[in-house]
Amino acid sequence: MSDADNARPSHTRIIVKMVSVVFGMLAFVFVGLVPMYNLICEWTGITGRTNEASLVQDYVVDENRSIKVQFLANNNADMPWQFRPMVKTITAKPGEVVEVSYFAKNATRRDMTAQAIPSLSPFEVTPYFHKTECFCFNQQPLTAGEDVEMALVFQIDPDLPAWVQTISLSYTLYDVSSEQQSAAVTFQ
Amino acid sequence: MTTATHDHDHDHEHHGPAKGLTRWLYTTNHKDIGTMYLWFSFAMFLLGGTFAMVIRAELFQPGLQLVQPEFFNQMTTMHGLIMVFGAVMPAFVGLANWMIPMMVGAPDMALPRMNNLSFWILPFAFAMLTSTLFMEGGGPNFGWTFYAPLSTTYAPPSVTFFIFAVHIMGASSIMGAINIVATILNMRAPGMTLMKMPLFVWTWLITAYLLIAVMPVLAGVVTMMLMDIHFGTAFFNAAGGGSPVLFQHIFWFFGHPEVYIMILPAFGIVSAIIPAFARKRLFGYSSMVYATASIAFLSFIVWAHHMFTVGIPFLGEAFFMWATMLIAVPTGVKVFNWVTTMFRGSMTFETPMLFAICFVVLFTIGGFSGLMLAVAPADFQYHDTYFVVAHFHYVLVPGAVFSIMAGVYYWLPKWSGKMYNETLGKVHFWLSFIGVNVLFFPQHFLGLAGMPRRIPDYALQFADFNMVSSIGGFLFGASQLLFLYIVVHTIVAGKPAPAKPWEGAEGLEWTVDSPAPYHTFSTPPKID
Repeated sequence: MSDADNARPSHTRIIVKMVSVVFGMLAFVFVGLVPMYNLICEWTGITGRTNEASLVQDYVVDENRSIKVQFLANNNADMPWQFRPMVKTITAKPGEVVEVSYFAKNATRRDMTAQAIPSLSPFEVTPYFHKTECFCFNQQPLTAGEDVEMALVFQIDPDLPAWVQTISLSYTLYDVSSEQQSAAVTFQ
Repeated sequence: MTTATHDHDHDHEHHGPAKGLTRWLYTTNHKDIGTMYLWFSFAMFLLGGTFAMVIRAELFQPGLQLVQPEFFNQMTTMHGLIMVFGAVMPAFVGLANWMIPMMVGAPDMALPRMNNLSFWILPFAFAMLTSTLFMEGGGPNFGWTFYAPLSTTYAPPSVTFFIFAVHIMGASSIMGAINIVATILNMRAPGMTLMKMPLFVWTWLITAYLLIAVMPVLAGVVTMMLMDIHFGTAFFNAAGGGSPVLFQHIFWFFGHPEVYIMILPAFGIVSAIIPAFARKRLFGYSSMVYATASIAFLSFIVWAHHMFTVGIPFLGEAFFMWATMLIAVPTGVKVFNWVTTMFRGSMTFETPMLFAICFVVLFTIGGFSGLMLAVAPADFQYHDTYFVVAHFHYVLVPGAVFSIMAGVYYWLPKWSGKMYNETLGKVHFWLSFIGVNVLFFPQHFLGLAGMPRRIPDYALQFADFNMVSSIGGFLFGASQLLFLYIVVHTIVAGKPAPAKPWEGAEGLEWTVDSPAPYHTFSTPPKID
């Protein structure tokens, strides 16, 4: 395409620019939008996801406040396990270290692996809810018929906004047996 | 290779088109490629329309009569995909191919061979997409928005063909857009400054930028689906650390600019037709340009209004609600400009003008229902109901599709050298106008009453409006066969048309003969 004899500006420059925008946008989707989404979710706690373990903090226990914490368990679509909290509701004081547990049983005839995904409600409490130990940090394999009590240790930050009186912590259990070879992808 | 690849604009050797099939296979001529785009999009319009007829036939009465729910879902999905990517977008690209070089006084598109490629990959994409209907497990059944995990974990095996088809369509659109940008920026006749360009050229320039910016996003999101399905990643799989909501964000980051891709060229067409039949200059030319650019900019910051119900924090909902409502301002500027152009004009009502006026009125109705949907608290009631269906069909059918038809009637004499039958054209308009309103207006009521979209069966209280809607649908569908007849009849047996069949029409395209010679503006025209 030799338009060189014309006085017209070069098409090549426009093509190069436009193609670089195309590849730039393609890259932006993968290395821009996806991490951005995860970052925003993390900063704001919108999804109520608390995936990272924190260390036990030396909070002063606020004896004057008690927060109702509700525990919920859901099975994702085809997940056949029995899955429930050992205690449905507790009352916790901000600052104290609380230990509870969930029960899971693989009542099927095959060995399976599960992954629990947490969600906190209201989402504003996410930054104030510190899990020092959680079964959701790892995948949980169970052989056929096996059951397990899975521990959850958490601490509520005493800086928790005053309007919060009840916190609901819900876990959804996913069947990841077919995917356990492939490493779980996280973008943090 | 029979088609000469001419490297000089200056040599005046007037070779016509090659003969036979190879003319169409090898052509690099913008008029041939424009014609192929337009015929292709018309074929897709009829195919997507057939799917719509299946939908409306099933919804004619409550209960399941004709098709099973699985197939119904494939029909809604394929109808949407074919109409958006196969009918509306290629039709606009076809019009751009035919008209932009002639409107800016260029001999051809800037990149003629890429032009050929960008057309000829399209039939393959749609053959692949349509073939999924015959595959085991059926075709795509997850809605044209293909939300994950419906389109990943729960998708039929044919989803991979869908993904590759979307990749090909995206490549075609990107190449087409690059070509249009290069043509408009580099190939204008001397003296044709940017602010002297016809609005159709302006709106297409902005549309092309939108395409270049967001088609890669679409390609990216389907690639993520592909990786989730076949390569064990978990972009949209919560169990693996991903999020289905992420899919919706990325999809609508593409999707909202995409809906403007389907309407901005329509604004351009209507801005060409209304002044021609009002016999006045377009009111507020520069405000039209700035309004188009503002709409394009705003389209990037409103995407989450499609997903108010996923659980966005209050501030987010408020931001996306106000940003969305802001779009009404530049759109209002446009509508007022069109009305003011008609005001005190000496108007005549030939078929293109009828379609154009109808566009202004019905597109505005679609815009108003869009404003209603933009109100975040109210959207919780409207979300995923027939109200949404009514809204976007009002902006896409009497909006985008009517503008394309208006453009076809307006420029057909230029393309074919023949005049269409005015009586038949008006019959087509009135049938379409009545059909489209009977079809879509009751859907507002259905949606407000709570009928969800994408369902093959419904509660009894929705029966009457659905029957009315279906009758309108059959009328609208049948009247498009009349459109096909009118176009074919014009080409075969129309009366010869003069170079400028419309008294008030302006623009370089009317300075060349009808039909437009195979090569136009080999020497650039003089612009005052």
